[in-house]
Amino acid sequence: MKVGLWKIAHARSGDKADRADIGLFAYDAPTYAVLKREVTRERLAVHFADICKGPVELYPLDNLLAIKIVLNAALQGGAARSLRMDNLGKSVAAQLLRMEIDAPANLPRLARS
Amino acid sequence: MKSVRIGAGLGFYGDSWRPVRASIESGGVKYIASDHLAELTLAILQKDRQRDPSAGYTRDVVPMLLELWPLAAERGVRFVMNAGGLNPHGARDAVARAFKEKGYKAKIAVVTGDSISERVDELQAGGETLAHLDTNADIATVRDKIVFANAYLGAAPIAEALAQGADIVITGRVADAALSLGPIMHELGWRWDDWEKLAQGLTVGHLLECSGQATGGNFGSAGEWAKVQNFVGLGYPIAEVSEDGTAVVTKAPGTGGRVSFDTLRQQLLYEVHDPHAYYSPDVVLDMGTLNFDDRGDDSVRITGAGGAKRPDTLKVVAGYHDGWMGTGMIGFSWPEAYLKCETAANIIKGLMDERGWKPEEVNVEYIGYNSLLGANADPAQRDNLNECFIRMTIRTRDKRMADGFGRLFPWLGLSGPPFVGGFKGVQGAKELLGLWPTLVRREAIEPHVAIDVEAVA
Repeated sequence: MKVGLWKIAHARSGDKADRADIGLFAYDAPTYAVLKREVTRERLAVHFADICKGPVELYPLDNLLAIKIVLNAALQGGAARSLRMDNLGKSVAAQLLRMEIDAPANLPRLARS
Repeated sequence: MKSVRIGAGLGFYGDSWRPVRASIESGGVKYIASDHLAELTLAILQKDRQRDPSAGYTRDVVPMLLELWPLAAERGVRFVMNAGGLNPHGARDAVARAFKEKGYKAKIAVVTGDSISERVDELQAGGETLAHLDTNADIATVRDKIVFANAYLGAAPIAEALAQGADIVITGRVADAALSLGPIMHELGWRWDDWEKLAQGLTVGHLLECSGQATGGNFGSAGEWAKVQNFVGLGYPIAEVSEDGTAVVTKAPGTGGRVSFDTLRQQLLYEVHDPHAYYSPDVVLDMGTLNFDDRGDDSVRITGAGGAKRPDTLKVVAGYHDGWMGTGMIGFSWPEAYLKCETAANIIKGLMDERGWKPEEVNVEYIGYNSLLGANADPAQRDNLNECFIRMTIRTRDKRMADGFGRLFPWLGLSGPPFVGGFKGVQGAKELLGLWPTLVRREAIEPHVAIDVEAVA
């Protein structure tokens, strides 16, 4: 079934010069396995096509049930030259949580609700 | 086993020091590591210093220390703070003046040598290219527009200042985590090439450098954020680091917020690029082997940081003038709130055309619809908004155009779409700054680092 990431994961984003970086965190190990399979560079590039003008980097961290995502050239050159309301990219993680992925209905967070 | 307990101070210039009280009074800390400098803060401080040569430091350092020093002094708590910004001696002088008035006594150290804005020619003559770290562009393209250029120093001068007996260490630009790593190295006496222990110390420093973000603040989630208790009394993080490198992160008893695996891993990966090679001046950290043991009582035990040899270069970030931004904003109520915003944007564009203004870029955002979510806003909500604000920004080399842009908006009040509100005055031109990250050999920076300790009595 299609599931919004917001139901099964949490995330924080920040800025480093022209990069927006996001930490995406599974609440549990089964969900982490699904995130690793579904949240790919290709899907991220499409999801963030509007802001990310450079390559997407992705670093899975099994020990933290987390995926580190780096969007290069995503902040109009950096917070101090950006025209955007969210010049610091703090809501980029909220944009990520809106992504929908294929996930089994028996993931712990889904079974509970 | 020997250990040291460090509390977070500020996480940025403008942050609150109110939660630091609890860390000092009931958190058992011996040090407060206070980060006043975000990547952009030096740009703000440069403008202050242009107006007044004795300024250029973060002004919050004076009221913060006036309030906290009496509590700290009686408990032997020391401060490490990068509040010096572009003028660490100016910060020290201001604190010393204020302390003398109150009769407070303290030994204050100043760490300098991070600023290289006056040394660009000398560094280039010495073989430093100062080429852009990501694009490899030649610095000549921005050379005459640079407003600041500072190297990120490491923990060594901070540890040295503490060894010289400083109660308060005021630095300019240092790696944020060095504010904690300095006291850790001073107290625990690790070797400067014990990479695994340094990596543990760096992890702690990184977890503390954004204050409330480690204790439940800005907990990016749907629903879970609302379970964080007592935001008003939110505690700042405290870390106890043992001689063997083991660390426990917690907060003062009775404070609000939460310290858990979830709150700490969000902060761990915050503003990190490759988590297997997180560079600092003192060590390169690999987060891939870290183990966070959440003990369920607002404390998390941290072990297993991977460490590799420190880099031979230090990171320098320069800021350069990069044009002007003009801004205008106005709100509209239902009905057709979005459509009215769109109409207003087209009116403004028409007014610009009439004047022959051709900015490099025009940015249109709909506050209440897509100003934070961008292209990931839900389009189904667009035509059914209760209210919406239009925010337009332009990028231009022409300061007068940027100033004039905001003045196009008041006219909409009587001669545009109906049910207008929330116009709160004309915004003037804002200077835009580009950032220029580069690397410089350690040998070209470190001989210029100086520590100056002075007793205020």
